[in-house]
Amino acid sequence: MTDLDTATGEALAELLLTLADDEFVLGFWDSEWTGIAPMLEEDVATSSIAQDEIGHAKAWYELLAELTDDDADRIAYGREPEGYRHAALMNHPRTDWAFTVARRFLYETADAVRLEALSRSSHPGIAGLAAKMRREETYHLLHWSAWMRRLADGPDSRPRLVTALERLGPDAETIFTPLAGEAALVSAGILPDGLATLRAAWHERMATELRGLGLPVPSGDAPPPTEGRTRRTDEFRWLWGEFTSVARADPGATW
Amino acid sequence: MIPQRTPSAEPEAAIWAALAEVPDPEIPAISVVDLGVIHRVELAADRSTLRVELLPTFIGCPAIEMMREAIGVRLAELGIAERVEVTLTFAEPWTSDRITPTGREQLRSSGFAPPPHLRQLGALGELPTLTVVPCPYCGSRQTTLENPFGPTLCRAIYHCAGCRQPFEAFKPI
Repeated sequence: MTDLDTATGEALAELLLTLADDEFVLGFWDSEWTGIAPMLEEDVATSSIAQDEIGHAKAWYELLAELTDDDADRIAYGREPEGYRHAALMNHPRTDWAFTVARRFLYETADAVRLEALSRSSHPGIAGLAAKMRREETYHLLHWSAWMRRLADGPDSRPRLVTALERLGPDAETIFTPLAGEAALVSAGILPDGLATLRAAWHERMATELRGLGLPVPSGDAPPPTEGRTRRTDEFRWLWGEFTSVARADPGATW
Repeated sequence: MIPQRTPSAEPEAAIWAALAEVPDPEIPAISVVDLGVIHRVELAADRSTLRVELLPTFIGCPAIEMMREAIGVRLAELGIAERVEVTLTFAEPWTSDRITPTGREQLRSSGFAPPPHLRQLGALGELPTLTVVPCPYCGSRQTTLENPFGPTLCRAIYHCAGCRQPFEAFKPI
């Protein structure tokens, strides 16, 4: 994997940035529940999952930093909000618990499909990380699927869950927003399946679970908009202010 | 699953003995060797470099940096090589089946139930609610999973109906 042409190298950097930013921003949103989750055990679980995601982000940022001769912390904390490439799904604030569960369910099912493909990557660094992440994400999938079942049954929670799924459905599609250099990545085997193929596989998986719970299935007819990973919101700008506050307080400090 | 050792080479034996003295920062009862995080040990023929590769138990484990530092310090003390390099690798995933039988016993005696063997579980997706995890205190099999997520990424919380105690278990992964 050492001899990538410039175009493939740039596309690879873009792919790694999307993977890292998805996990990073979602991890920070979910860490907002620490201390105020619906019950103590859930507080521990959500915080632990958030920590997993930040750890995954760190690993992707480090791989990217190695490729671009940059610094992982600089990439994570040293960009303006507009420089982040997470999917629009991660633009939304924490909101209520049903909203968080709906987002986690949509994200985890999509991420499972994406990691399965990446574990077959021709890039050994990506394949190794994806294989390891899949083991950890198994616990996340079980956890959020259990919450989906719990909330789908409750008279108060069900309408909240349905509303959240309807609101988040279109933005969840943006996880599979086509990348500029995607064709080069697919032909090099770095990304073994194209993002449109992965999106279709995700839909099938997600729809089966939602139908089983008698919940509405997002249509997914419209392909994700091209600005799916560049559109930023005020809510995200607020979160960015929070998670960069320490880094900005003393730039270049050694911890 | 146990890392390859070359018993004939004397420095190798000293290196492994030194590694066996480095405890896991989060569960000090177990060493980094018995935890199965040592992927490879490589001493250059001219002894310029001693390289050790570690497999993190969890990608986001904050203890890994402490582990890395402690290993580097301990190996430098040996004076076997001019330079000691301790790096992380994901060349193969660390799994809980890498914990040695000794390590499993050390976990149990310090109050942590060792993880069920993955090969007994079948698919990882079937975890962890279907598994019987015996209580590390009284040995009762009447235990229930309270939370698959615990105080650190690698631990789950159980409750024992036998001695009516909560306990922690190392997660199968």
